[in-house]
Amino acid sequence: MGIDIATRLKEIKMVGGPGRNFPWPPTIIWLPAVAVLLLVLLPLAYLALRTMGAGSDLWGLLFRPRIFQILVRTVLLVVAVSGVSLAVSLPLAWLTTRTDLPLRRVWAVLTALPLVMPSYVAGFVVIAAFGPRGMLQQLLAGTFGLERLPEIYGFPGALLAIAMISYPYTLLTLQASIRGLDYSLEEASLSLGNNGWKTFRRVVLPQLRPAIATSTLLVALYALKDFGAVSLMRYETFTWAIYIQYQTSFDRVLAAGLSTVLVIVAIIILFIEAYTRGTAKYHRVTVGIARQPVYRRLGAWRWPSLVFCSLVVLLTTVLPISVLLYWLIRAMVVGERFDIAWSPALNSGYVSLLAALVTVVAALPVAILAVRFPGRMSSFLERTTYIGFALPGIVIALALVFFGANYAIVFYQTLVFLVLAYMILFLPEAVGALRSSLLQINPRLEEAARTMGRTPWQTLRSITIPLMRSGILVGAALVFLTTMKELPATLLLSPIGFRTLAASIWSYTSEGFFARAAVPALLLMLLSSVPMAFMVIRERRGKIE
Amino acid sequence: MRKLFSGLVTMVIISSFILGACAPAAQPAPAAPAPAQTLTIYSGRAESLVKPIIEQFGNVAGVKVQVRYGGTAEMAAAILEEGKNSPADVFFAQDPGGLGAVDSLLMPLPDTILSLVPARFRSPKGTWVGISGRARVVVYNSQKLAENDLPDDIWDFTDPKWKNRMGWAPTNASFQAMVTAMRVLWGEEKTEQWLKGMQSNNPKVYPNNTAQVNAAGAGEIDVGFPNHYYLYGIMQEKGESFPARNYYMRGGGPGSVVLVAGTGILETSKNKEAAQRFMEFMLSPVAQQYFASQTFEYPVIAGVKTHRLLKPLAEVKSPDVDMPQMADVKGTVNLLRKVGIIP
Repeated sequence: MGIDIATRLKEIKMVGGPGRNFPWPPTIIWLPAVAVLLLVLLPLAYLALRTMGAGSDLWGLLFRPRIFQILVRTVLLVVAVSGVSLAVSLPLAWLTTRTDLPLRRVWAVLTALPLVMPSYVAGFVVIAAFGPRGMLQQLLAGTFGLERLPEIYGFPGALLAIAMISYPYTLLTLQASIRGLDYSLEEASLSLGNNGWKTFRRVVLPQLRPAIATSTLLVALYALKDFGAVSLMRYETFTWAIYIQYQTSFDRVLAAGLSTVLVIVAIIILFIEAYTRGTAKYHRVTVGIARQPVYRRLGAWRWPSLVFCSLVVLLTTVLPISVLLYWLIRAMVVGERFDIAWSPALNSGYVSLLAALVTVVAALPVAILAVRFPGRMSSFLERTTYIGFALPGIVIALALVFFGANYAIVFYQTLVFLVLAYMILFLPEAVGALRSSLLQINPRLEEAARTMGRTPWQTLRSITIPLMRSGILVGAALVFLTTMKELPATLLLSPIGFRTLAASIWSYTSEGFFARAAVPALLLMLLSSVPMAFMVIRERRGKIE
Repeated sequence: MRKLFSGLVTMVIISSFILGACAPAAQPAPAAPAPAQTLTIYSGRAESLVKPIIEQFGNVAGVKVQVRYGGTAEMAAAILEEGKNSPADVFFAQDPGGLGAVDSLLMPLPDTILSLVPARFRSPKGTWVGISGRARVVVYNSQKLAENDLPDDIWDFTDPKWKNRMGWAPTNASFQAMVTAMRVLWGEEKTEQWLKGMQSNNPKVYPNNTAQVNAAGAGEIDVGFPNHYYLYGIMQEKGESFPARNYYMRGGGPGSVVLVAGTGILETSKNKEAAQRFMEFMLSPVAQQYFASQTFEYPVIAGVKTHRLLKPLAEVKSPDVDMPQMADVKGTVNLLRKVGIIP
């Protein structure tokens, strides 16, 4: 106990800290990064264009008590969703990566799956299960004669539905980060007499800080931009107000004005996250290689841990699937017929895979620039990529409709343009994951390669990218899963006649055909679990190698 | 790992080639004369409802039809953003509000089309026509209420006895069209009083008609205010035992106004001839019969039978609202904002 691990960590941070001279990034890094930057700025340019066209009455419409009230509700929801998703993800991530939890891989796949659920489906599911006369109430009415449940509409329902589909952002990023930890630090702490809990709190948790921050940022921004769930839950948020402007008055100007306010809120959230980041180093700095972790025996904690995992999976995966199956079966009983259309499934899988690849490739230079060449410019660049993620999908889609139809008609409504739109929408998911994993790699490895005569491109290929594998896989998975369910951009920008699963689900639910919507919805979950399972299994193999 | 990476790179390169090759093919060639005519439709109406009849038009007319499906509001906004470069020939909207929003981009229709439809179901400027009708109704939970328990006029729902028992979807375009009808029939002041009276009865707010009808069936609310046909779609899945029914206001008035879903042709369209044929087909007895029997809507031309479950249009006490006055969506939105119903 002579050496305090925290002090040791602080010392680690000092090495190679501020004061080091950072060279100008190689062209192969900054050029693509700037190109990406220009693309993600398109939506902002569009908003500027639309708000500039507005008269002074825009201000009158923006600065109203109602709007302020909505802003407060929005912030409340964002904070609550972020908190809940962190509280659920942290233990889950630890249990599924570092303990002898039974069926660890199964839990790892099942807990990531809710991310693929479209938000309005989550909303309908929550209402069907917990709403007045919902499944739970009928169950309790039968056994306990319970007539009323606590009101699900409003804040609780919105919180539940959004947390349910966004907590995997935190979970997946944390899992990757825990896998990238150097176990020797924990070993040292344990050998110095700190117990497991103290080691977790003082050694592991500080090292997870970047992953916690970036992934919570994604959750927060997601809560900010969600529309489907909040509208069903009758919880008025800013994004809801923006959609309403399009829906009721086709008012593009007021919508753009409100979106600009939303951008400002997003920038404030980004600042808060930047503030929590600090300048710490998270990679091993001394000679030696990272130690393989030892899986901790859960012992007496085994059952409570299993119960916890089961509860989360029950609520976020089993429940939605059961509700969908219930809708399906009930309609079959009445005599409805269903046929599975495979081509939307194929389209969804294909375009999501493309989007995942392109987005990860686009995120790579941004992440490298942000981590290896820190400075005002690179951090500005990295932060800007988040803007597309924070805005409601319809705003981004319309911005791209405007630029596409008027300045890039050759590409407009082609797959190229659609994939580009997904890239702008989901870039930060990949940037965040890549960034967290890059932080865990010692730059000296790259420097060593360079001194041995490798070009920057060769270094990137043979050193950096292989070491970032777990971040790359997570980034790709996040983009894949969220592209599968994306709606506004898909509807407006896909090649005409290009049907996806998300579009089918939406088309049916909008007319109230829930049973028919259940077929593509179940297919969406099923299809998404395949790459997830692949990822989890691959990750394990990597460990044994 | 290196293999994985080079695999990734190869995939990206190959896919970009595929994309590059697809790109020119996927977009319509503007100058070259197409072998067969192609018609591009932006549909705010759901694929599950209109796809069969649109396909039938393609087969009958020998026109290749491509359809982009989405929400009416989103489609209208996209058409406005696309401006003169819009690939769309025809806009098929769920409600007159959507058509009104793009009114300035629509071409004036010939009398041969306009004359097919009664004046109350088409644009006052002659830029669009209604294709199918939907009546505003009251949906009620049939386990809790009978039709006799419901008032004659929609005004009477401001009575405090309806407190905490109602739902509505005030952001829905059809609801707003009904409020516009109120402003025309009742005047500004009475409409505002109705809205305030409803507000003080604390109605539950739903995002759309589907959610509202479902809630009525679930007993979450006793009454709601949707369009008539949502109930039948739900009954198809849940069976006729679904405990909700429609009620057409006994006394008529704005609560039972009949609205339309309609189509217009874009001024920038290069396929105006095919577009007009499309509209003529949609107004033909074949297509009208489709809407009447498959989507549970009202036909807009004479001589087509409505669905057996529906109250015939002639029996619906629908008020005669002057179409030009119905175009003032903005005024309705401002009123709803003033009362605090929408942000």
